[in-house]
Amino acid sequence: MLETILLALIIGCAIGAVAGYMGSLMLTKRMALMGGALGHLTLPGVALALLYDFDVSLGALLFLTGGVAIIWLLEQKTRLHPEALTAVVFSGALATAFLFLPEEKTEIALLGDISQISPATVLITVLICMGLFGVIKSIYAPLVLSGISADLAQTNGANIKRNDAIYLICIAITVAIGVRIVGGLMTAALLAIPACTAKNLSNGLEQYTVISSIAGAIACALGILAFGVTGISAGPLIIIASVVLFLASIFFRDKGR
Amino acid sequence: MNDNNKVLEVNDLRVAYNGTTVIEGLSFAVKRRDILVILGPNGAGKTTLLRSLLNLLPYQGDITWHAGKIGYVPPQELLRRQDIPPLKLSEFFAFKTSDREKIEAMLCAVGLDVRCLQRQFNELSTGQFQRMMIAWSLLDNPDVLILDEPTSGIDIGGEETIYSLLQKFWQKQNLTILLVTHDLHVVWEYATQVLCLNRQEMCMGEPDEVLTPEQLKRLYGSGIKFYQHRHG
Repeated sequence: MLETILLALIIGCAIGAVAGYMGSLMLTKRMALMGGALGHLTLPGVALALLYDFDVSLGALLFLTGGVAIIWLLEQKTRLHPEALTAVVFSGALATAFLFLPEEKTEIALLGDISQISPATVLITVLICMGLFGVIKSIYAPLVLSGISADLAQTNGANIKRNDAIYLICIAITVAIGVRIVGGLMTAALLAIPACTAKNLSNGLEQYTVISSIAGAIACALGILAFGVTGISAGPLIIIASVVLFLASIFFRDKGR
Repeated sequence: MNDNNKVLEVNDLRVAYNGTTVIEGLSFAVKRRDILVILGPNGAGKTTLLRSLLNLLPYQGDITWHAGKIGYVPPQELLRRQDIPPLKLSEFFAFKTSDREKIEAMLCAVGLDVRCLQRQFNELSTGQFQRMMIAWSLLDNPDVLILDEPTSGIDIGGEETIYSLLQKFWQKQNLTILLVTHDLHVVWEYATQVLCLNRQEMCMGEPDEVLTPEQLKRLYGSGIKFYQHRHG
């Protein structure tokens, strides 16, 4: 049990930190609910993985890749906002998942499962998280600038379409690995809540990104420790811990004024 | 016009959105150190023209720049100041350069206190914000500065400050300015050239020569009142 908790803590903190960092850009990209939509998009893949006994993140990534490609294509064709297009695609995916998801596997698919994580999975996930962190760090400034003004970013040399595509792919990968610990239902919270917490506590971009990452990691650690004590699914506990941190941040923000 | 003296040449420009032509058959040239004011009614294609010149929109025809760096100050309504991450002005300037001395010198040049670097991006007044944006766009010493309605939402005093500031930089540096405004007094006061635009060129030349009452009526319709400006 101790080894399970330890492995879960490592993988949870890595995913939480990178999700928090990634989510800190969602405010500027108007994609706050995108993580949730993408989470739902993973469900057919998770269902297949549970049915045929292969890695849930792999199944999730398979369907996310297809889904993101469809969203990107529709965005180019229709000029509708990605969030609206994601809503269309994720509803279809969610409905499809429930067509063949076995009832006994529903809880795992929706809420995640950290009880069977191997050291190899932890190592691969941590490496993926480090890679995601590096990629987003390299395009963070142009992404913030394009959130202020796409024209300003472009006249200063930013390739907006390329950066947006990279960001969307990184979000999709984060969701795919996040599904393992919080399930397909709550990935939005994993991405969005730490950023909201950080916004309450920071007065600059650097502080904001650091706090967002730390808040994501702490929420995962607290949720996993609570799972160790109570045996309740870690997914909901992680999100509750994240909400508690957010509420505490409101108190500290009000106190700081 | 001597070719070496040209900073921009536009030939037979055509821009269309979703099949609707916004600019058609527009040709003009801009000389180095010109202050070109682009005038025209709403929907005339002024912002579209600037965005095409900056290669932000697909277009047909030829746009040739004989300039190195081009600075741009977008219209206020295209700049998002809310619902963005917490961003100190020092961090916003760091997107362009890490040279703190240069940033502080530029802020002083536009009349802003260097202490404002610690302020949030969304905390400045509209006038301060526009001065900050001018400082930001001039930070890498552009050859050309393009501004789209830089004084919209600013009171008369603030408006005068912005234009005096631009004129100061124009005099000090080898700067060419392209500017969209609705304000006719800016044309009389500061422009060396004026381009009247209403989907196509209506007039182009020195303001004293081309801005006649008839021309303004043709550009804006019969509602326009004309007050002759005389230089002291």
